[in-house]
Amino acid sequence: MSPEPLLAVSGLVKSFGGLVVLDGVNFHVMPGEILGLVGPNGSGKTTCINVITGLYKPQAGSITYRGRAVGGLPSHRLVHLGINRTFQVPKPFLPLTVRQNVEVAAAYGRPDDLAVDIDALLASVGLDGHAGKPAAALNSIQQKMLDLARALATGPRLLCVDELAAGLNPAELDGVAQKLRDLARGGMGLLVVEHLMGFIDQVTDRVIVLNAGREIFEGVLAEAVRDRQVVDVFLGTDHDD
Amino acid sequence: MRSALVTVAVVVAAAALLPLAYANQLLLFNFVVFLTLAQGVNIIYGFTGYLPFGYVGFFGAGAYGFSLAVMHLHLAPLPALACAAAAAVLLGLLLTPLLRLSGAYFAIANLAASQAMLQIVSNPNLTDITKGPYGVSLSGVFSPNLSYGVAVAILAATLAVMVFLRHSRFGLALQAIREDPVTAGMAGIDVVRGRTVAWLLSALVAGSIGGVFAWYVSVFYPETVFSPEFSIFAIVFALFGGIATITGPILGVLILYGIYNAIGISAPQYFQLIYGMLIMGLVLFLPNGIVSLFKRWGFDVP
Ligand SMILES: Nc1ncnc2c1ncn2[C@@H]1O[C@H](COP(=O)(O)OP(=O)(O)O)[C@@H](O)[C@H]1O
Ligand SMILES: [Mg+2]
Repeated sequence: MSPEPLLAVSGLVKSFGGLVVLDGVNFHVMPGEILGLVGPNGSGKTTCINVITGLYKPQAGSITYRGRAVGGLPSHRLVHLGINRTFQVPKPFLPLTVRQNVEVAAAYGRPDDLAVDIDALLASVGLDGHAGKPAAALNSIQQKMLDLARALATGPRLLCVDELAAGLNPAELDGVAQKLRDLARGGMGLLVVEHLMGFIDQVTDRVIVLNAGREIFEGVLAEAVRDRQVVDVFLGTDHDD
Repeated sequence: MRSALVTVAVVVAAAALLPLAYANQLLLFNFVVFLTLAQGVNIIYGFTGYLPFGYVGFFGAGAYGFSLAVMHLHLAPLPALACAAAAAVLLGLLLTPLLRLSGAYFAIANLAASQAMLQIVSNPNLTDITKGPYGVSLSGVFSPNLSYGVAVAILAATLAVMVFLRHSRFGLALQAIREDPVTAGMAGIDVVRGRTVAWLLSALVAGSIGGVFAWYVSVFYPETVFSPEFSIFAIVFALFGGIATITGPILGVLILYGIYNAIGISAPQYFQLIYGMLIMGLVLFLPNGIVSLFKRWGFDVP
């Protein structure tokens, strides 16, 4: 008997006005697994994370987390159940200090009352030495790391990561890849959206390729790059071979 | 924390003791009213970002809650004050759907709601209940010294709430909601509940001080306690001094209301205009008020 998935998404639909952005998306994430979510710009990756984390209600389909239907629950409830995410464009609480940004998530976001070692958490994302600064003083990459610390402070079991690697230098990329793998090794399930294929290759166990709100491939990345449909989507359909 | 408590203690002691040395108690009372209202605005605007242009609605609801309880239920002033607070909180509950609006839409809808309150209360058909446009007279409970003392107690309680908000997780959560509600949700904060609590807390503050206002003056017209001037003044004082701090709104009241009383009484219409323009200027150019200048110069302001 196969173990129960941490997250199962089935037939997910979301549209804005007349624009259908998610057109029946299906996938699952196992505990301890890193699933990559790739696809061209505008294919619906961020929207998919937004629906899973309660920013939008799904218009059809189901989201099952640890055996429980969670579609349409408000964000804070999902956070308490152990779902969290980072934002493609993080919006930290700018006048609050870096420490307070994480503190408030640790205070409000955890189902348990476990004390969070905020200094250790900040150090683990490279923000030691910045704790007392207002978040507004951080550069955009540091704000992304703060956003990751904010998410981790809530003790998630499922973490959705939206283009965290964009803009990092190679050393930082390795650090983040290592960090995500460590989290997965601890049992966390991760859904990782990323454009950098090298990074996806380095961290994911499996990928889903999304195009125009539908998944067109599911499997390991090495096979995806040989898939005719995937190649068409990424290189344009007018090439001939 | 220490410096915040010292500030609060100094302000409350000054408000309580000044009538012994200074004869114009009405002026001091008005200072206490605006010190309280400016902190009430601070709760809702400073900690959640909603600009309450109709804040006077709660003040008037409190004044009439007090008056109706005295006139019709024949309650003593203190239980009548509980009715004043309850009336404002009830109005706050009725208006919670406004919190779904953002920015200017909220400000305008809130202003409209407060004007609607005025129209209802001053409706001649309700004269038997509210005395309609003819105004309220509560000479039976008139007691300037006692009501002044209660006003100072309400100011003290309001400042205590502010110290709590500045130094508690809840205050941090409200600021998180103000900065970005989506990220706040992903920090596990119940955004709707946080905003509602802040809104009702600010209603409670204005309703309580509005009730004491009715008690202190004892004779007033609907236009008096629903005057948009209360909202504009309270907002401009809070903004000028600096929102989300304790000292800011206090300084704002002392400086601007001081100037107003020194030179503005003779030409109040200019002050409404000047203060209206000051609000715009401050929101655009000095959104954190004059205390932010002190902070820039390296002073820590509670
Ligand atoms: N809140 C919104 N309102 C209207 N359109 C939206 C909204 N969010 C996303 N979209 C549209 O949905 C499509 C998918 O966007 P997104 O999920 O951000 O794509 P990706 O993250 O894959 O680049 C885009 O065409 C985008 O313009
Ligand atoms: Mg995106």
